[in-house]
Amino acid sequence: MKIIVCIKRVPDSESRIAKAKDGASVDTQGLKFVLNPYDEYAVEGALRLKEAAGDGSVTVMTLGGEESKETLRTALAMGADQAVLLKGQPSVDGLGTAQKLAGALEGREYDLLLFGKQAIDDDNLQVPAMVAELLGVPCATVVVELQVEGKVVTATREIEGGHEIVEFELPGVVAAQKGLNEPRYPSLKGIMQAKKKPLEEVDVGDAESHLEVIEVMNPPGRSAGVIVGEGADAVPELVRRLREEAKVI
Amino acid sequence: MSVLAFAEQRAGAVRDAALETLTVGRQLADALGVELVAVLVGPPGLAVEAGKLGSYGADRVLTGLADAFAEYSPEGYTELVAKAAREKAAKAVVFAASAQGKDLAPRVAARLKAGLASDVTQVGIEDGRVVAVRPAYAGKVFLRLAFKSAPAMLSVRPRAYKAAEAPRDAQVEELTVDAGAAARTKVQTAAEEKRERPDVAEAEIIVAGGRGLGGPESWKLLEGLADALGPGAGLGASRAVVDAGWRPHSEQVGQTGKVVAPPLYFAIGVSGAIQHLAGMQTAGCIVAVNKDAEAPIFKIADYGVVGDLFEIVPRLTEEIRKARSQP
Ligand SMILES: Cc1cc2nc3c(=O)[nH]c(=O)nc-3n(C[C@H](O)[C@H](O)[C@H](O)COP(=O)(O)OP(=O)(O)OC[C@H]3O[C@@H](n4cnc5c(N)ncnc54)[C@H](O)[C@@H]3O)c2cc1C
Ligand SMILES: Nc1ncnc2c1ncn2[C@@H]1O[C@H](COP(=O)(O)O)[C@@H](O)[C@H]1O
Repeated sequence: MKIIVCIKRVPDSESRIAKAKDGASVDTQGLKFVLNPYDEYAVEGALRLKEAAGDGSVTVMTLGGEESKETLRTALAMGADQAVLLKGQPSVDGLGTAQKLAGALEGREYDLLLFGKQAIDDDNLQVPAMVAELLGVPCATVVVELQVEGKVVTATREIEGGHEIVEFELPGVVAAQKGLNEPRYPSLKGIMQAKKKPLEEVDVGDAESHLEVIEVMNPPGRSAGVIVGEGADAVPELVRRLREEAKVI
Repeated sequence: MSVLAFAEQRAGAVRDAALETLTVGRQLADALGVELVAVLVGPPGLAVEAGKLGSYGADRVLTGLADAFAEYSPEGYTELVAKAAREKAAKAVVFAASAQGKDLAPRVAARLKAGLASDVTQVGIEDGRVVAVRPAYAGKVFLRLAFKSAPAMLSVRPRAYKAAEAPRDAQVEELTVDAGAAARTKVQTAAEEKRERPDVAEAEIIVAGGRGLGGPESWKLLEGLADALGPGAGLGASRAVVDAGWRPHSEQVGQTGKVVAPPLYFAIGVSGAIQHLAGMQTAGCIVAVNKDAEAPIFKIADYGVVGDLFEIVPRLTEEIRKARSQP
């Protein structure tokens, strides 16, 4: 089985995010970057499918700048066989990025395309379903359980208060949600081997954005309120305030 | 010309989040001076809900009813909504950022080659353009965005808007697509669950618990509090609790869980790590109960009580029950 996993380089979730001088972008200086956490589930899922099948290949692919090589190497160190860097900048919305990825995928052989459900920088939750639509293949998003038997994919996806079971035939797209698996850490040996694995570079140019950021704003300000009191004795006063002041109960 | 609102239904009932999309759609339609068209997709016999869509502001209801639409069908639904957008010359298409909306909206956007703003918390018309505000980086910043493509595609965060009645006599019109031919995906709702409480992403009030509860058995305390708060109250959890296996991941609030904005949020035995705050800091009113007066959660809580949750929560449940039974 040939699997391609689309991955993205994003700031670590601990990062403090501030707007840049232009007011319309985020200042990425000094931030620590990591492999998008949801993409770790996708890479792990791909490796497990390959291991279970006993043959096949796992290719990781990203649209990004030179610095994204580091992210590709992380996935190679986890165990992916080869990497593709599509050189260019991702778009503000998902569509431009999806178009670049779909364009690159069109010329390649694959059975399964794996994604993370969401990139934790833009939080778009768009690219996997868009790539599926552009390629005309079926797709399951927010997947917490995945089975592939022959050509048939059975994926369990999270919905409000429950799950949906999605079934389709390969080739197709699956976007991983937390819970799909427990991603492995790259071993020392894996890290050494990753340096020697093939990393292909293709210049694809910047993705076209269909949305434009007018302004990056701070979240609605939130300051410390009041400590109503200590222990159970403070409860009646709390309830009074929730009722009369905040009017929420 | 029109604004389209996707009227998501489940088991024949139009969902609350769908009524919110109508409210958003109504505002946009009024500002643009065009009609609001609700798109209702489902199995035959669903048209009964048209009246309800009219009472929440739809001028017209486009129904796509087919046996193949008894369950969600990504390809079939995409086909239908895209066709509706074209036929009604939509200036904007509004979805709920629900599980279904988040799956469907990108598909329709890709089909229409139009940009999509996900999880929008605020939208309006400025100089004739649709301008949307949405969180990024798990809510650490908000982006104000303009559309460079048309129609403006939006998914709106549940609870960001309050559904408002705006009654009119909605015309019902049928739209047909070849649903079976397009379908490559078979979707079934898993039978296992019985839903007693709203999902954390949709709850009006969230009672969230952290490691301070000490173990899964303590959740009966939080369930009691949620019961006292009424049927709109749902349960949430910190990641520490989910990682420990005390609660399902579907309840996790935060950067790698759900981002929520209910009018009222209780953080019980939750320390308030940055990744947790990212998921709930836009809640209307935040109440924190923690034995550590220095816990970071108190820096953003509107009301805090310092002390042992095992003493405070039972008392809180009792007092809320009392308060709610009084007029
Ligand atoms: C990549 C990444 C993503 C993450 N994503 C998320 C996420 O989405 N959501 C999330 O929540 N976290 C997330 N985290 C984890 C986060 O950093 C914290 O570890 C987690 O939120 C802590 O959970 P907690 O508050 O329940 O536990 P703790 O930090 O252990 O806090 C427990 C609190 O309970 C209080 N307490 C203890 N006993 C009592 C008592 N009897 N009465 C009252 N108070 C009591 C303590 O004072 C303490 O403040 C993420 C971390 C990483 C690295
Ligand atoms: N620039 C990119 N390169 C490769 N894959 C990407 C890129 N951006 C997003 N993805 C994939 O699409 C998923 C969802 O991203 P998003 O729609 O941006 O939230 C991510 O988890 C990745 O798997």
